[in-house]
Amino acid sequence: MDESRPIFLQIAEQIENDIIDGVLAEGSQIPSTNEFAAYYRINPATALKGVTRLVDDGIVVKRRGIGMFVTEGARDRLVERRRADFSAAYLRPLIIEAEKLGITIDDLAALIRAERIAS
Amino acid sequence: MTSTVVRASGLTKRYGSFAAVDHVDFALEEHRIYGLLGRNGAGKTTLMQLLTGQLFPNEGELEVFGRTPAEHADVLRRLCFIAESQRYPEDFTPKHVFTSAPWFFENWDAEFAERLIADFRLPVKRRIKKLSRGQLSAVGVIVGLASRAPLTFFDEPYLGLDAVARHIFYDRLLEDYAEHPRTIVLSTHLIDEVANLLEHVILIDQGRILLDRDAEEVRGQATTIAGARSVVEEFVQGRPIIGREGLGGLASVTIDGRLEREERIRAAELGLELAPVSLQQLIVHLTGADLAGATEKEVAA
Repeated sequence: MDESRPIFLQIAEQIENDIIDGVLAEGSQIPSTNEFAAYYRINPATALKGVTRLVDDGIVVKRRGIGMFVTEGARDRLVERRRADFSAAYLRPLIIEAEKLGITIDDLAALIRAERIAS
Repeated sequence: MTSTVVRASGLTKRYGSFAAVDHVDFALEEHRIYGLLGRNGAGKTTLMQLLTGQLFPNEGELEVFGRTPAEHADVLRRLCFIAESQRYPEDFTPKHVFTSAPWFFENWDAEFAERLIADFRLPVKRRIKKLSRGQLSAVGVIVGLASRAPLTFFDEPYLGLDAVARHIFYDRLLEDYAEHPRTIVLSTHLIDEVANLLEHVILIDQGRILLDRDAEEVRGQATTIAGARSVVEEFVQGRPIIGREGLGGLASVTIDGRLEREERIRAAELGLELAPVSLQQLIVHLTGADLAGATEKEVAA
């Protein structure tokens, strides 16, 4: 866990990542808050707060007495939201660093293509 | 909704002219894990002794399960206090301790105790005075967990326990708390190790409460900004500063308060480094000598 941000946000993001990667398929059950608490060694109330956030966002639905399940269409909605954040979260810091090092936008584009081919 | 288990107002304990606990106000809610943190001599143990009826306050109001704890058997039987150096009768073995525990703790789970004994590899037939420091701590930890008291205090429970044993303690505590919710107060110096287990943090210094907040609010509430001194100083101007270090033309300043995304981007553009401040680092800053007198209000302002 990263010290700088609330753990419940990190738990929510971790579940979101698993949904985006397909580890947690739509319609499948996610682990219980107590399982999250034990796995990450965190307070169960914190784990619950993370899951509740996903319930509020409609990513996960609670079925009383059974557990929590990934909703239909959850993946598309998460991908859309992450795309909207992509620029501020990844591009802007990249451009700032590139400018600091005297790398032009064209050089940067070339570097990205080269990296893509290499990987 | 949760109910309040402990309510204290103006609670004070003096030894002569020295106030070990100095007019503190706080409440503990049911089914939460609290961290009672602070330096040596801050007043943590005295406060827990007041809550468990081992000491009488000089001033103030204190209710535990709705009554003053001292001399009220119905309150005391719902409490478990694991002291840093618990003393046992001469010639007692851990087996004696675990056999007599159900007399004091009505929720005692003997099977759970057996599991913990195996986890900690505790020799139950050896006399307690022959046990190592870590094994003696394990006896206390087992009593604290298996008693399942509605209000359990662990006062520096793990002197001499190795890293493996401490992690067994954390894991069993979380598992059992999930199945049998109760109010737990953990007092410890090993703040980084327990930080994620806590739901709420109470920081005490010189007998007063410096911080009383949800652990999640405390996390990431402070940030360290490092870079060229003049740039750092300009960036932190007008913000509450809780720590300051420097090396030549470089400065590293810790501020209380979250930075918004825009501010983070601006810091990056100015070439400043931002570093998160852990709960332990925050507490070092808040209880360090230069800020020993600061109150929660000043810090939060």
